[in-house]
Amino acid sequence: MSFFLGWGREITLGVFLTIVTALMSLSFGIVIGLAVALLKRSTRNWLKVFGDAYTTVIRGTPELLIILFVYFGSTIAISKLASLWVGKETWITPPVLVSGVIALSVVFGGYAAESIRGGMLAVPVGQVEAAAAFGLSSFQSLFYVKIPLIWRHSLPALGNNWLALIKSTSLISLISMEELMRKCTLAANDTSHYFRFYLIAAGLYLSLTGLNVYIIHRLEKKARQCG
Amino acid sequence: MDIFIDNYRLYLQALVTTLSLMGAGLASGFILAVPIGLLAIEGPRPIRFLTTIHMTFFRGTPLLVQVFMIYYGLGQIDLVRHSFLWTVFKEPFFCAVLALALNTSAYTANIIKGAVLSVPKGEVEAGQAFGFSRLKLYSHIIAPSALRLFLPAYGSEVIIILKATSLASTITLLDLTGLAKNLMSRTFRPFETFFITALIYVTLVFILTRIFKIIESQATPKGEEF
Repeated sequence: MSFFLGWGREITLGVFLTIVTALMSLSFGIVIGLAVALLKRSTRNWLKVFGDAYTTVIRGTPELLIILFVYFGSTIAISKLASLWVGKETWITPPVLVSGVIALSVVFGGYAAESIRGGMLAVPVGQVEAAAAFGLSSFQSLFYVKIPLIWRHSLPALGNNWLALIKSTSLISLISMEELMRKCTLAANDTSHYFRFYLIAAGLYLSLTGLNVYIIHRLEKKARQCG
Repeated sequence: MDIFIDNYRLYLQALVTTLSLMGAGLASGFILAVPIGLLAIEGPRPIRFLTTIHMTFFRGTPLLVQVFMIYYGLGQIDLVRHSFLWTVFKEPFFCAVLALALNTSAYTANIIKGAVLSVPKGEVEAGQAFGFSRLKLYSHIIAPSALRLFLPAYGSEVIIILKATSLASTITLLDLTGLAKNLMSRTFRPFETFFITALIYVTLVFILTRIFKIIESQATPKGEEF
């Protein structure tokens, strides 16, 4: 692999770590998004205010700032706690994978909350009433009527959030997590072939997003068919 | 709060950097996007193909890759390094604006394309029946109708670009995020720094959203239902 100048293996590892980070952030982020979407729909005022504040702050702040904050913030917080515990000044940096995934999940949660909320608003009342009229329990109505409909309506927006998340994983290279972007930067610095390695990074991200555009299309097609 | 009071001059400078990156990026991106978006619909087949490549590349790769490719990548090419181009390409500000402009031009061209294609066929056919030229068709029928579809989507794009200016901090520029990073690692007080900086960004987003609401209401004719 002369084109990769001996960095092929490292970059492959980087791609793998990028995919793992993205999938982990997706799963935690969906949970956060669902919780915040429910908060935003809550009838209790203070819960709604909290949900609205969360999405406003997360969606109004650059992801890079949030990533840096989680990185520095967790270091300071954990070091302070550890210093109290041990009784003298100690310095602990949590693993970058942890702060990276936390930051990306928090951000994805904010965007996903809006997408899921949109899906919830799109559920026709008539369908839910029909489910009740047929004698479905609230549990059955949730699983057989509401969730498939919410899924169908929020999938296009969630798909866009997911594509943005894949691209955002490149930002955690800046807190020196060794994913695809970081590996390419290291390779570029090592060989001084900057353009080549950033082009490789671009190509790999492009294939990742392209593949996922295809997957999302398939899922959307399937979601429209059932029911 | 004292972090802000102590460093308010730095914050002011950083705010100016962020806003000028956004303004320059959006303005040049928009100038690029209009012809690209229109050529994507009206152009001959090879040109249409080129616009598709442009949109796919800049929308499918992270902005960070694009910034690094321009700042570090192009500087390494001899043709750039040993010509007049180097005077601009060695400036991180120029590279950041170029990356932002190319990035937003792809998204904006896509919005323009979508908006023009969503104009009801009947309206265009009516214009053709009246014998409108292609140019007149665009200026009198398609543009006003497409504008109303374009504005809300472009409003979100403007906010995305405001947040994207934070990536300029990775190539040595001191914008709001770059300053926040410096302050976080220097003062060891990430919490206050984050909340002050986030508050500034959220306020900017709020102002931009308001401005776009006003423009949108101006673009919609009064007393008509759409």
